[in-house]
Amino acid sequence: MPDLLRLLTCGSVDDGKSTLLGRMLYETRSIFEDQLSALERDTRRYGTQGERLDLALLVDGLQAEREQGITIDVAYRFFSTARRRFIVADTPGHEQYTRNMTTGASTADLAIILVDARKGLLTQTRRHTRIVAMMGIRHVVLAVNKMDLVGYDQGVFDAIAREYAEWATPCGFAEVVALPLSALEGDGVVEPSPHMPWFTGPTLLGHLEAVDVSATADTGPLRLPVQMVLRPDADFRGFAGRVAAGVLRPGDPITVLPSGVEATVRALPAFGGDRAEARTGDSVLVQLDREVDVSRGDVLTTAGAPTGVADQFEARVLWLGHADLVAGRRYLFKLHTREARATITAIRHRVDLNTGAALSAQHLALNDIGVVTLSVSQPMPFEPYSTNRTMGGGVLIDPVTFDTVGAVLIDFALRRSGNLHWHPSPITRDDRRALMQQRACCVWFTGLSGSGKSTIAHALEQRLHADGRFTYVLDGDNVRHGLNRDLGFTEAARVENIRRVAEVARLMVDAGLVVIVAFISPFRADRAMARSLFADGEFVEVFVDTPLDECERRDPKGLYQKARAGTLPNFTGIDSPYEAPEAPEIRLETTAMAVDACVDCVRTRLP
Amino acid sequence: MALDALESEAIHIFREAVAAARNPVLMYSVGKDSSVLLHLARKAFHPGPLPFPLLHIDTTFKFRDMYAHRARMVTETGARVIAHTNQAGIAAGLSPFVHGSSHWTDVMKTEALKQALDAHAFDIAIGGARRDEEASRAKERVCSFRAAGHRWDPKRQRPELWDLYNLRMHDDESVRVFPISNWTELDIWRYIEREQISVVPLYFAALRPVVRRSGTWIMVDDDRLPLEPGEVPEQRLVRFRTLGCYPLSGAIESPAATVADIIAETAAAAASERQGRLIDSDQPASMEKKKREGYF
Repeated sequence: MPDLLRLLTCGSVDDGKSTLLGRMLYETRSIFEDQLSALERDTRRYGTQGERLDLALLVDGLQAEREQGITIDVAYRFFSTARRRFIVADTPGHEQYTRNMTTGASTADLAIILVDARKGLLTQTRRHTRIVAMMGIRHVVLAVNKMDLVGYDQGVFDAIAREYAEWATPCGFAEVVALPLSALEGDGVVEPSPHMPWFTGPTLLGHLEAVDVSATADTGPLRLPVQMVLRPDADFRGFAGRVAAGVLRPGDPITVLPSGVEATVRALPAFGGDRAEARTGDSVLVQLDREVDVSRGDVLTTAGAPTGVADQFEARVLWLGHADLVAGRRYLFKLHTREARATITAIRHRVDLNTGAALSAQHLALNDIGVVTLSVSQPMPFEPYSTNRTMGGGVLIDPVTFDTVGAVLIDFALRRSGNLHWHPSPITRDDRRALMQQRACCVWFTGLSGSGKSTIAHALEQRLHADGRFTYVLDGDNVRHGLNRDLGFTEAARVENIRRVAEVARLMVDAGLVVIVAFISPFRADRAMARSLFADGEFVEVFVDTPLDECERRDPKGLYQKARAGTLPNFTGIDSPYEAPEAPEIRLETTAMAVDACVDCVRTRLP
Repeated sequence: MALDALESEAIHIFREAVAAARNPVLMYSVGKDSSVLLHLARKAFHPGPLPFPLLHIDTTFKFRDMYAHRARMVTETGARVIAHTNQAGIAAGLSPFVHGSSHWTDVMKTEALKQALDAHAFDIAIGGARRDEEASRAKERVCSFRAAGHRWDPKRQRPELWDLYNLRMHDDESVRVFPISNWTELDIWRYIEREQISVVPLYFAALRPVVRRSGTWIMVDDDRLPLEPGEVPEQRLVRFRTLGCYPLSGAIESPAATVADIIAETAAAAASERQGRLIDSDQPASMEKKKREGYF
């Protein structure tokens, strides 16, 4: 049994969380004399309990909170008894601070959920219970507080306990223990209540001292995300990290992910002598028996028992940002020690925190929980959050402000999952090049609708064909007739449109063709994503630079007219932005150059 | 067991901070928490050297024993120490006796720290703050973000989930990282005992020359302490629970002469360790106010 228990207190505002925690600190003699005298002084100034010591003031540390009488941030409190040491996260009840509650929940093994005996289960009780369940906390105490205000009535307690037990069943907790108490009067907190002889269960502190929350992570295979490589001199290379699961000993065969390279543990060097083993939670240094390429973000695993490696996931997201989450938008994703660019490719649904129902959603707002699909720029070793918090719990970071805007709990990998591997072909790209006697590349035309992309692209293809080169044109309109006919014109659909075309172009380049892509591709980030799929020099970005008023004057398909009339929404240049390339390989000013001149300009620049 | 978990957590935080930093520094105050921090840093990066210098904000009024201990630690660990004093404060003739603890701390500690961090362009400053020390510290993140000008805005702190730290920042921002956030005073002493970490002798009881000021014992560490008319320092068996500028650090009467004695005394203590600190209570919500302004 661990001798350190991390827990959090949560519940609706005014349920008495801070008072309860203050009471536990007070009764376990964790408050010192000088803090008590400060409390007496503060009680006179800010207290809400008349002459009595206002124990909530012990934990409501910030001045703003004292003035508002509410808790706005997570406070960490420490107390100990003869049996255990406790770290308590005291978390806010107001809805706008749900993200702080999530913070407190992420490191806790047990949650105390308070309800006011007079009010019973509230929206926040259900919301917080769902967050607690989602964050993987298995042990819950339902603290029915303010029993003094309902005359210590057993009927009131039983009804609330029964209702909660029924409601919380789908949350799948290992254990829910309901306890009646009065934090203000001290009933049932440390001492059994003389007012509630009908209750024969433990006191709150008694339960916290005895509850067994021990995890079983030691028994699984090794998961060790590498934090950094220590190489103090040319002879020593060690990989530093904290064991997320499993046991590690010298002589153990391991596999490095995502590379798949195998090695054997030579030693676990430590200050003051090598270690014989390392277990879950230990920070260690690992020396391997051979020179292998390992860097920050790689994961050492037991040989023969690797984690999944994937770049597409289905995950639950708790949104923490002030700006909404929108599908298609780009973020940074940090999972254990690895960071990648990420896109939310779709919002499957939003979870109604009262009913648990799945609601359709176009976006997620602050404090919303939803199920999303996530695509990242590089394969990541992972495990489902329900298997391992470290290997499956990540955060989304705003790429501009660098704020932490989302908590991501991976459920499983999608499509190119850990079970799908790139099958190496015995025929290489060089073999194809030799046979076709040409260098493959991707010529990517971007520009406004009507700028002349398709015209130039097809003229270029004719010319290259005449030169004897193998070519293919991927044209925006044509691809939308087939491969992408399921996509609309929202920002998210446009992102997916470009992703698919870029992937097709990559396959064609791999096959040896000169691929000419003619897509509006209005977003810089999407073109950067396309470029990232190709080798250096293989991707030629051509900006067909035709001013908007000229495109609108040409209007070959009558689309600008419709857009101006308001019958064609999300039209690039009108009510959807076009982000011009900052450094294209080639820029074509069609108002000054004829089509043939444009074709020549591109043709001479191809590899 | 609890100490092993705290140690592993701290080492993990150290390594994350260094992996993310362009130019990290360890804020080293020579006290017991700094001693534990330095020991953890050596463990985190063993067998390599410390990947950062130690920054000591020297107010020129630290105890003489602290300067001696700092010199010993430099010899023992090979660490590079940057000692910084706010020369403007010295030039202005600032004195902890004349100008009050609040103003003194503001100029010689808060301002001095900002000067040093700016002068060396440190982006991540690792420090030994603990959440059990004081009410506003209890709300501090492990990684505490400071906007331009080192300002701490409690409402703009990032959510900190699991042991996953988002240390991305812009050029004018910085982060203070606190690897021993979850340690208590008792944990510190138990770890000092277990790891046999050397600390400044002032923590252990000895007969020292002291005078009674503001309900606490102030040690007459040198002849700069002005004595009141008729005041004569007396020899008392005292020790310090925290160390800072000697005129602002109160001693307690205690016979605890060994680490084991201190652990026994701390476990039974009826007063918190910061009681001897005059700077915490000089204004309402004073620590929070100092932090907003950039105090460590």
